[in-house]
Amino acid sequence: MNTNTMSYKFRQFMMFAGLTTIAFASVVIIPFIYGLYLTLTSWDGVSRDKPFVGLANYASTFADSAYWQALGRTLIYSVIAVVLVNVVAFILAFLVTSGVKGQNFFRAGFFIPNLIGGIVLGYIWKFVFNRALVAVGSAITSGTATSLLATTNGAMFCMIIVSVWQYAGYMMLIYVAGFMSVSADVLEAARIDGCTNMQSIIHISIPLMVSSFVQCLFLTVTRCFMVYDVNLSLTNGEPFNSSVMAAMHVYNQAFTYKNYGTGQAEAMILFIVCAVVGVLQVYIGKKAEVSA
Amino acid sequence: MDDLNEKAARNRKIKHAIFIVILIILFICFIFPFVLVVINVFKTKADITSDPLALVGKHGFTLDNFPEAMRKMDFWKSFMNSAIITITSTIITIALSSMAAYVLVRNKWKACGALFGMMIASMVIPFQVLMIPIVSLYGGILGILSHRTTLIFMHVGFSSSMATFMFHGAINTNVPIALEEAGTIDGCSRWQIYWKIVFPLLKPTIATVAIIDAMAFWNDYLLPSLVLAKKELYTIPIATQAFYGTYSTDIGLVMAALLLAMLPILILYLFLQRYIVEGVTSGAVK
Repeated sequence: MNTNTMSYKFRQFMMFAGLTTIAFASVVIIPFIYGLYLTLTSWDGVSRDKPFVGLANYASTFADSAYWQALGRTLIYSVIAVVLVNVVAFILAFLVTSGVKGQNFFRAGFFIPNLIGGIVLGYIWKFVFNRALVAVGSAITSGTATSLLATTNGAMFCMIIVSVWQYAGYMMLIYVAGFMSVSADVLEAARIDGCTNMQSIIHISIPLMVSSFVQCLFLTVTRCFMVYDVNLSLTNGEPFNSSVMAAMHVYNQAFTYKNYGTGQAEAMILFIVCAVVGVLQVYIGKKAEVSA
Repeated sequence: MDDLNEKAARNRKIKHAIFIVILIILFICFIFPFVLVVINVFKTKADITSDPLALVGKHGFTLDNFPEAMRKMDFWKSFMNSAIITITSTIITIALSSMAAYVLVRNKWKACGALFGMMIASMVIPFQVLMIPIVSLYGGILGILSHRTTLIFMHVGFSSSMATFMFHGAINTNVPIALEEAGTIDGCSRWQIYWKIVFPLLKPTIATVAIIDAMAFWNDYLLPSLVLAKKELYTIPIATQAFYGTYSTDIGLVMAALLLAMLPILILYLFLQRYIVEGVTSGAVK
């Protein structure tokens, strides 16, 4: 059989990859291109026609101060959460690879928050912050304590706590894989040369785990930056819209206020941020591989 | 010398004891929210409000929260919806993505390069960029939202890039081309070679993809909430969200609903813990 004809290639490709191509194109590629078109229209979500408005949506995006506030808030939240998640995850990974009894049990336990969806996690913590911690606070001050979720900075603080709790176990697993990949020979050589434990972590393990760090950092950056589920269930933007993150703002802009065109234009800006982060990840990842 | 060894051993023991104490404290912090839910689910509403930290409420131990929460959030129906959607989407994703990866690895055609390139590039697209056009296309123009099949199709489409990427790597490194040539000589068609030789060799990757995707599908909220607008199609996350919206003041019921929403995956974790931890790690490290 001639395997170099166009029709053979086409049939082979369609037989194996046809359905995947169709599914992928119809939920990712076509919506993405169609989304670019939507940014140039003002659609209210109901009417059939989508009036063409040119770049007006981008203009209103730049004028939408609530959007830029949400974006700035998301950036600050992401930076703090990413640092804390990774510090906690690294410490956990160090502790559960140090050879103590029951380390597999601890690993499995710290991972549990990752199994459960953001909606449920958010409501559990809402209960913790609104009821349990208020009860503790009232008992200590013997008065009536208010919930952290009711104050502007408190709500953001709660978002950070929940994110750290949610992602630390997952990142711990990646750091554990990193610790395991550091060869025992090198560590033993260091010990014979008189390294203390601390020194061998700082000067040997960490440099050899650069790829784990890169991976964890980017995983947490993208997850924190696009946070939605926990935001919705834990704070729902309250109090006074002071904890609305970028993703939630886009959702509200489109589906609550029916400004689909502006919402899509604002989403595109999120995409640009994510694309830059993605390219950086590939670039830094490649560099880290060479040095490790 | 013996003395030194003994001293080192004693130091190690002390160090381990300190580590274990730190780990236990951290562990309690990690599971504290869950414990709180479990404690309060067996209390009456009045007891939870008066003292959420007490182990047993003044009105004693009660199981009444469960049946009522189950009825009000239509637990079994949303459980079945979640199960059908998760299982079907995972199986289809694995079958289709691994097949696509096979043709992408073994051929240097332009279409293969283009598809794989687009898949890799699409991984940086956040869902929020696609949700508005998807609602507009599938709801406004095609009018096929509010069907389980539509959601399954979308799950397959969204997860295809990551799954294809992982199978691509696995076929590249784990499937020797000589085995396939032997199959060709014995008279197998491409289709038979794939299902009889290549697919069985992909088992570890199939497990990894199954775990990662099934967890993502089961817990997904935003996409299903946009697609499944009808109450009888609700999955567990949507049912939880809707339940909280209606009964948030009935805190005993909320506790039961939250526990019910967590239980299926926690029970599964109890049995498949090793596989889940391994799957997630190898999925992330790739």
